Amino acid sequence: MTYTVRKFDAVVVGAGGAGLRAALQLSESGLKTAVLTKVFPTRSHTVAAQGGVAASLGNSEEDNWHWHMYDTIKGSDWLGDQDAIEFMCRQANQAVVELEHYGMPFDRVDNGKIYQRPFGGHMSNFGEKPVRRSCAAADRTGHAMLHALYQRNIKVNTQFFVEWQALDLIRDADGEVLGVVAMDMETSEVVAFHAKATIFATGGAGRVYYSSTNAFINTGDGLGMAARAGIPLEDMEFWQFHPTGVAGAGVLITEGVRGEGGILRNADGERFMERYAPNAKDLASRDVVSRSMLTEINEGRGAGPYKDYVYLDLTHLDPQVILKRLPSIHEIGIQFAGVDCLKEYIPVVPTCHYQMGGIPTNRFGQVVVTKGNDLSSPVPGFYAAGECACASVHGANRLGTNSLLDLLVFGKSSGEAAVASIRENVKAHKPLPVDAIEKSLARLDRLNTQKGGSNVHETRVLMQRTMQKHAGVFRFSQLLKEGVDKILEVAQAVARTEIQDKSKVFNTARIEALELDNLIEVAKATMISAEARKESRGAHVRDDAHDTPETPDGRDDQNWLKHTLWHRDGNRLDYKPVQMKPLSVATIELKKRTY
Amino acid sequence: MSRLVVGAHYGIKDWLAQRITAVLMAIYTLVIFAAVLAGATSSHDAWRGFMAHGAVRSVTFLFIISLGYHAWVGVRDIWMDYIKPTSVRILLHVLTLLVLIGYVGWAIQIIWRL
Amino acid sequence: MTTPLAMRTYHFKIYRYDPDKDAKPYMQDISVVCDPMDKKLLDAMVKLKAKDDSLSFRRSCREGVCGSDAMNINGKNGLACLTDLAAFPEGKPIVLRPLPGLPVVRDLIVDMTQFFKQYLSIKPYLVNDDPLPERERLQSPEDREELNGLYECIMCACCTTACPSFWWNPDKFVGPAGLLAAYRFIADTRDQATNERLDNLEDPYRLFRCHTIMNCVDVCPKGLNPTKAIGKIKEMLVQRAV
Repeated sequence: MTYTVRKFDAVVVGAGGAGLRAALQLSESGLKTAVLTKVFPTRSHTVAAQGGVAASLGNSEEDNWHWHMYDTIKGSDWLGDQDAIEFMCRQANQAVVELEHYGMPFDRVDNGKIYQRPFGGHMSNFGEKPVRRSCAAADRTGHAMLHALYQRNIKVNTQFFVEWQALDLIRDADGEVLGVVAMDMETSEVVAFHAKATIFATGGAGRVYYSSTNAFINTGDGLGMAARAGIPLEDMEFWQFHPTGVAGAGVLITEGVRGEGGILRNADGERFMERYAPNAKDLASRDVVSRSMLTEINEGRGAGPYKDYVYLDLTHLDPQVILKRLPSIHEIGIQFAGVDCLKEYIPVVPTCHYQMGGIPTNRFGQVVVTKGNDLSSPVPGFYAAGECACASVHGANRLGTNSLLDLLVFGKSSGEAAVASIRENVKAHKPLPVDAIEKSLARLDRLNTQKGGSNVHETRVLMQRTMQKHAGVFRFSQLLKEGVDKILEVAQAVARTEIQDKSKVFNTARIEALELDNLIEVAKATMISAEARKESRGAHVRDDAHDTPETPDGRDDQNWLKHTLWHRDGNRLDYKPVQMKPLSVATIELKKRTY
Repeated sequence: MSRLVVGAHYGIKDWLAQRITAVLMAIYTLVIFAAVLAGATSSHDAWRGFMAHGAVRSVTFLFIISLGYHAWVGVRDIWMDYIKPTSVRILLHVLTLLVLIGYVGWAIQIIWRL
Repeated sequence: MTTPLAMRTYHFKIYRYDPDKDAKPYMQDISVVCDPMDKKLLDAMVKLKAKDDSLSFRRSCREGVCGSDAMNINGKNGLACLTDLAAFPEGKPIVLRPLPGLPVVRDLIVDMTQFFKQYLSIKPYLVNDDPLPERERLQSPEDREELNGLYECIMCACCTTACPSFWWNPDKFVGPAGLLAAYRFIADTRDQATNERLDNLEDPYRLFRCHTIMNCVDVCPKGLNPTKAIGKIKEMLVQRAV
């Protein structure tokens, strides 16, 4: 059958922070680049990031990248690859300065430099005391960043395909990636984008959980596409639950609140974090704070009619500081919690926020797979950056503000790597396989003709509730076991989804069904990887991993200091070692994690 | 048509003129109001005498000119908002100008005929 | 002390149009039962979509920062995700229409091409040709404060599509959102293209179609004031001219 093929040097899928940063690199190099995005670029979820981006600029107090690197590795519970982490932390200052040069409106300190605030897990002198490392634009850092990146892309004439839904990766028999199949949402036209380099910057899949700070669009499209094309997903058991989502609404309250002096209190008004993290207190890393909050709630010290949340207290802060540094938080409190945070506590509860795992890449953003003895062999033509990728810099738990840094650094490095590869291998486009779009068409066709199938909305809710119950903040071996069976059952329903709306014009029912196809891959990867990892590490904490001298806090380095790789084909798992050797400094040695 | 044809490079002058003429007209209105209160309109002769005064004639002239210009910018704005075909708009602009110039001329005639 | 779940039924009148099957647009009467967890209009709309999957609207962040779910709600533009359900009066249907002044693609989804074209026309990026310093350019906190109330725009188009001047001249008048963005760069002390930016706006249509009707201020879900920004641009033009 005939179909439209559009040829580009490079195709970027996703126009959030990572996609826009990568696109910038490609457009500035003069390569013919297409950016596909299912929402207008400034509606990507990077826009919702609040607190800041990490960089050891040292504008307000002494700081350096080595301390940042130490904190990131410690935060990752040693599951992060130390080469990639060193790379990221050393690139941080340049990445932030570049943004300032692009026009991002950072807040300033009196000497005119970029304003920095303390953030959870970021410490000076290898874990001594909190340090000001988060570069912020009030509590709208992601918004300011995304708009600045989009604006810079306008300046260099990047070509956007707005409201195009990517459907599947085009991968030929040699395993090379030759582009993507995508659908114009306005007309439902399916087009093959043929490219010498394909960069995925599709963001996370937080919508896999029922209660999430994530946007509706965070459906793991890149992960689904990669998994269907035979690429494994790495470390998918590690999901960050942000300590402070507004109870009930799930809307994010930045950690910057605690950076500016906010305090968590239980129903008795006690500052309970002093008991769990005597040193960092409310600024301990997110996994630690979330677990402490849930422990308070589980032990009956939760607040509210159902004792199911705790309080975030800002009332002791100078109202001028709140209105200047945290204006959106003030608005969110009124809009979504119905409280004025100048005078009242905000009810908060840990809420799914970030996916540490993703498509396995190296620090150049090249997607890597196992090939013979090579455990990190790049897939020709395929790159990934941002939340959809796993470099792995966040390991088992991400530090706040490191996600914006991740997308800047690896967005850029993946763009650079793609440019270099296209320049070096100037060869023409490799021909598309004959069946390039067949699988996508078959999927669409199945959806259009399905009779007596399952309801998309109900199936999605079932998946989300299953994930929430069986793979939440605390994990139980029995629940995980049952969870695997349940999620595989849900997957069968997902394969039979039915939509009533068959229109060709902006059919959002079809898009939601296609998104569910991607979400379920993430759900399976998460549940199966989590069930298999018989230890507690970072955000993955299970009841049967006990605190012993050999396994501090249940962390079993002997057996589990390794990355999980989930393969869609047969739900197979294998593992690869963590890169413990940084690029230029000594290994940060394993030790028990305390804050 | 995808090409945007704008860039007439005027606007601020007229915008400013509209504000300045508005202020002048407001002041004139206050002056006349004060004169009325002071008894300038107690009889037809008093009123004629007042309006025939050299200074009053000058400010009334200024008022008429201001009103004409103010109306020109305002009415043109309305044509710009609602009338799309250029030819029709030019015609309306010309008609507006003719009418306004006619009014101003007529008003001046009245003032100096007093 | 548990309060019984107060369920409430919301009645809607929604503008529907699918060019694939409808000859012309119509208003659909539909209702949905919401529980106390459904706080915002968007929550109810998601429930509506679960009931009738053909109902089409854009949505993403559901917290008022992405600007996707702008629509005309009971005659006034706003974001569904920031509109309180409880505030709707009982017994009266909630009337939802697409943003006015832009072509409808389907249901509540409008074609925003013209809106974005105007945004692009003001060259929305920082222009500074000085050699790049190794570190950040310095900017005093006072100079940075000038950008407050300008950079926060989420480009939802509530303001521009509420502006009669934009309705009459969508191709020529930049509109409140675009002009706010223009002033965001004019006000930035790091930007060197102030004169070019003012030249670009010194036009009877691009800037001077604004007749300070102030619908933009009235509807902005982020509480921004485009009219004030437009006033400042005019002020700068006057300063430059006299």
